[in-house]
Amino acid sequence: MSDQILSGAPQGTPVVDLDPPLRTLLSHADDNMVLAQRLGEWISRAPELEIDIALGNIALDHLGVARSLYTHAGELEGAERTENDFAMRRTEREFLNLLLVEQPNGDFAQTIVRQVFFDVYQGVLWGDLAGSEDETLAGIAARAGKETAYHHEFSTSWLVRLGDGTEESHFRSQRAVDALWRFTAELAAPYPDNWRAAIDDLLARAGLMAPEDPYQRSGGREGYHTEHLGFLLAEMQWMDRTYPGMEW
Amino acid sequence: MTYDVPVAPGERAELEESVEGGAEGWPMWEVFVRARRGISHVHIGSLHAPDARTALQNARDVYTRRGEGISVWVVPSTEIHAFEPEAAAAYVEANEKVYRLATTYDIPDEVGQM
Amino acid sequence: MTPEENFQAIVDDESKIEPTDWMPEGYRKTLVRQIAQHAHSEIIGMQPEGNWITRAPTLHRKAILMAKVQDEAGHGLYLYSAAETLGVRRDDLQELLHQGKHKYSSIFNYPTLSWADMGTIGWLVDGAAITNQVMLTRCSYGPYARAMVRICKEESFHQRQGYELLIKLCQGGPEQKAMAQDALDRWWWPSLMMFGPNDSDSDHSEQSMAWKIKRVSNDDLRQQFVDMTVPQAAYLGLTIPDPELRWNPERGHHDFGEIDWEEFWRVVKGNGPMSRERIEHKTRAWEEGRWVREAASAHAAKGAGRAA
Repeated sequence: MSDQILSGAPQGTPVVDLDPPLRTLLSHADDNMVLAQRLGEWISRAPELEIDIALGNIALDHLGVARSLYTHAGELEGAERTENDFAMRRTEREFLNLLLVEQPNGDFAQTIVRQVFFDVYQGVLWGDLAGSEDETLAGIAARAGKETAYHHEFSTSWLVRLGDGTEESHFRSQRAVDALWRFTAELAAPYPDNWRAAIDDLLARAGLMAPEDPYQRSGGREGYHTEHLGFLLAEMQWMDRTYPGMEW
Repeated sequence: MTYDVPVAPGERAELEESVEGGAEGWPMWEVFVRARRGISHVHIGSLHAPDARTALQNARDVYTRRGEGISVWVVPSTEIHAFEPEAAAAYVEANEKVYRLATTYDIPDEVGQM
Repeated sequence: MTPEENFQAIVDDESKIEPTDWMPEGYRKTLVRQIAQHAHSEIIGMQPEGNWITRAPTLHRKAILMAKVQDEAGHGLYLYSAAETLGVRRDDLQELLHQGKHKYSSIFNYPTLSWADMGTIGWLVDGAAITNQVMLTRCSYGPYARAMVRICKEESFHQRQGYELLIKLCQGGPEQKAMAQDALDRWWWPSLMMFGPNDSDSDHSEQSMAWKIKRVSNDDLRQQFVDMTVPQAAYLGLTIPDPELRWNPERGHHDFGEIDWEEFWRVVKGNGPMSRERIEHKTRAWEEGRWVREAASAHAAKGAGRAA
């Protein structure tokens, strides 16, 4: 990864100036929130009933983690912001999620590859955070770690089924890996070697290859997103912004 | 009744049940769950999956909602063997072999529990 | 005893017919169609509600709605399993749905146009479904009755969360209350239509009653639903859109207006507001997912081949 061409955040003043612990909580919360929103789009559209149920359960897990982290962030900040204040009332430039999770679902292969990349990362992340001095965060991480283990089993077994299934599924899987690879440097930044080793092993088992293209894009953690996040937030935040201050 | 959608005047009730040339889908699996320690596995339903690992994952999602401490078995439906209904007569023989049942023997009380 | 007499004796005795029992072909075919259509209804029903998952106004509501729709998928799955005990394949049943040869509950052919529809569907549609489903736990066919017991356990939360959503709206601002009233105006009559034609216009009722597939008549179920729902609407401060609705002390029930039977049959025939969209959505998901299912089968076959 040393000879990467990195397209990252532009120069300039960040929109939000946050304390590091708060920034960390919101980054992980936003990751899980945005991915939950994406997975929710699969409901009633999955290739088979059992897959629909599985994706819905995974979406609910990510949503649950996001909610716990937002709530804890609110407590830490001490400005009485709620989970809905964070999810529904921040602008695109304030969201700190990875670019990977805001990418559209695409076909099932793209969804699975996105999930594999993210699950491997979160597997390491939660293990790390389970040892946090912040006891609440450690508790959230312990629970999230168990859930990520389930997700990991689901996503990696599907990666192998698709990579080593039919010609068409192999083609779609490789295409998905190629399309999402440029978002992986940002994702794996805290654990680059760990992540890469695990992914190389999985790709090999699925008969897939990491692309040679050195181009990587980042910026999500600084609030510089792809064009996709705007549309995602417009849909997610519409009710709250149209009917401000009401209880549901 | 809600699901017995009526046949409109001029329509015929569709009684077709199978589709010509339908592709082979995923096979069916029977699911057995032991809900907690101390009891046995119980047949709880079925689902479709391409292989055992998927069947287990699916069973966990569908039938247990990932409850902890629950044991799940999956068996291909084709591997469940049963007597044909007419062979219920085979059970009658067992009832005649009364010497197998502990209750038919009188054990004196002094001997203790047996 | 003939097999027919033995079969009817089991049914009359309130015992259960199980998959390996002899059963009249008409009984089996009626059950296949009914259980399949019940399953299809659960699956299609995921669409009108799924429509609002990405737009739920709070994270709490989003989570509840996601869980509800997942439950419905699970219910569809239990019901397809019950149908399969009668010697049919799930894939075939779905294909019959895609071809329009199998139907599903007409209520799902109406659009969900506001957030209040989420509450109204939970309150009215699940409410109607529950009156029906409790009855079906006493159905003579074992696997169907057992699936219904499991479904009923999970269903009670659905109706409560829908009603609670509406309580929030009706106790909120005027815009929210108006949203709730508008939803009731649109969903009331379709909910009454869920119970089917009047008994006098129902061809197969008698036979289904004798076989204990149907336990209570359409009219009785509809009356039960109206009587239960009127005080619930009153509590919310909402007006049911039926000028002829009134309590009849002689009957001890609510009188209500006549259903628009033209609309009823129009929707049954496939010309409901969202009929085409529901089937297209379902069919597209199936078609677009074909390569996934095939890949999984191919991979499994490779594994079996290697193991051999």
